Amino acid sequence: MLSYIIRRLLGLVPVFFGITLISFFVIHLAPGKPTDAQASLNPKVSYEARMRLEKLCGFDKPIHVQYAGWLKRFVVFDFGRSYIDGRPVSQKIVERLPITLLINTTSLLLILVVGIPIGIASAVRKGSGFDKGMTVLVFIGFSAPEFWLALLAMSFFGIALGWFPVSGITSLDYDYYSVVGKALDIARHLVLPVAIAAFGGLAGISRYMRSSMINVLGQDFIRTARAKGLTEYAVLYRHALKNALLPVITIMGLSIPGLIGGSVIFESIFSIPGMGRLFYESVMARDYTTIMGVLSVGAILTLLGNFIADVAYSYADPRIRLSEAKGA
Amino acid sequence: MTAILRKKTFIASIAFIGGMLVLALFAPFVTTHDPSRIDTSAVLIPPSSHHICGTDTLGRDIYSRIVYGGRISLSIGFIAVGISLLIGICVGSVAGYYGGLMDSMLMRVVDIMLCFPTFFLILAVIAFLEPSIFNIMAVIGATSWMGVARLIRAEVMTLKERDYVAAAKVMGGHDAWIIIRHLIPNAIGPVLVSATLGIGGAILVESALSFLGLGVQPPIPSWGNILMDGKSTLGIAWWLTVFPGICILLTVLAYNLLGDGLREYLDPRANN
Repeated sequence: MLSYIIRRLLGLVPVFFGITLISFFVIHLAPGKPTDAQASLNPKVSYEARMRLEKLCGFDKPIHVQYAGWLKRFVVFDFGRSYIDGRPVSQKIVERLPITLLINTTSLLLILVVGIPIGIASAVRKGSGFDKGMTVLVFIGFSAPEFWLALLAMSFFGIALGWFPVSGITSLDYDYYSVVGKALDIARHLVLPVAIAAFGGLAGISRYMRSSMINVLGQDFIRTARAKGLTEYAVLYRHALKNALLPVITIMGLSIPGLIGGSVIFESIFSIPGMGRLFYESVMARDYTTIMGVLSVGAILTLLGNFIADVAYSYADPRIRLSEAKGA
Repeated sequence: MTAILRKKTFIASIAFIGGMLVLALFAPFVTTHDPSRIDTSAVLIPPSSHHICGTDTLGRDIYSRIVYGGRISLSIGFIAVGISLLIGICVGSVAGYYGGLMDSMLMRVVDIMLCFPTFFLILAVIAFLEPSIFNIMAVIGATSWMGVARLIRAEVMTLKERDYVAAAKVMGGHDAWIIIRHLIPNAIGPVLVSATLGIGGAILVESALSFLGLGVQPPIPSWGNILMDGKSTLGIAWWLTVFPGICILLTVLAYNLLGDGLREYLDPRANN
């Protein structure tokens, strides 16, 4: 098991550098520079001053030299400073990361807690009214623009009914609350964004759970289990579920980039100061160092999610780690 | 029993998609107003017999804008998926056919792209270039081909061992001919599902970009930017948000149900 984990971890390193390489080149080869706003577009700035500024930022060097420089600093966890306010990028990200992580992990948990039972029930009662109703419901969540659902939910639950706050993560009088009050206040603010993010992601998990459960239920060992007189409960939960959960683990790992990407939308619409908003703001201001920082952190989170999914998969299915060990 | 009911949603999806395409194609004949004509005397009119979906803040007819916006949004869906199919089929068939180093290098690239928070990349590229319709199509296509590549690769890897491929080789067919003529046509089935789902996905990405102000730029209407216009008037003019939103929802839903139906049809294991 340990050697499997180590091999997987080492395998992530080239993927991570591939992601940063592509990001770096895409960002730096696009026309325009972050210094344009301060220099080229300002008629008072001379040519020499512009060149000095670009040299200071390293834009006069060839792009592969710039990437090597970025990489060298990255290895010692130096993301550089923001071009906008001069603050260290790592500090900006650390401020914004917890709220984005909180929203994404809560919605992922909600997706699992709701999606897996829906998938199982749909598979067991395949073709029933319940199955069809759930199919339509999860497909609606999957097909609707998330920000549109968010707008509707905001105007209905937030404004018309007044149940939940519609923007930010804390109330104005947050500072006066006790610790419990603070936690409850944040939770109240997160209900709508988390619920909508989870509704959108429900389809993936529940549909995979459904088809994988149907697949497993049609196999011989299930017939054997039924033939030897096990109760339906034991057949479903002790024999079928374990096997049916396997593909779902992989899908969960693959859904992480979507969740992280979606945080740009949620954080913009609900005015949440998270990593998605930070990314949007830095893209609009062409803040190269911050963009690279957020992309790297996003990539690390995704890889970490995939890694956990891989390890969980091999833990749940010994065939995987044994066959790989034999092959290697 | 379920097969028939499944067929019903399948047929309904096809009918809806067909209807949308007809509306978009014949937009000048089925609309009631010029989609970009500003009429300050008819601002924010609720749905009525004259403006069946109401008007926006500039007095433009929402129904006509949705129909014309359909042209843009559907084209983005089709062309983005076309681009992703083109890249995915090339990468997948080359990797599957040649195997070895070529395969492991290409699949590494696929792994990298799959771990990318792609919406971040799309956002950055569109913001740095310009949010033109072509750029939006190209970027969505260039970031969504990985699934297709994996499917095609897996199919090609099993197909290339078949006797008919050996026969084609013996007859002197060169690699490109065998891939294009004999392998890709037989491997295309599962790709249909992912292409159908991709059209819906691309329409959603465009609407999300519009929400951030980086989608198709006004005055050209797209479903995303019509919906975006509704954001500021949500409390006073529900029709600006509700109609384009429902239009996106139903269209994407139709493509997703169509894809799901195709999947069950092509994968008989899921049926019994």
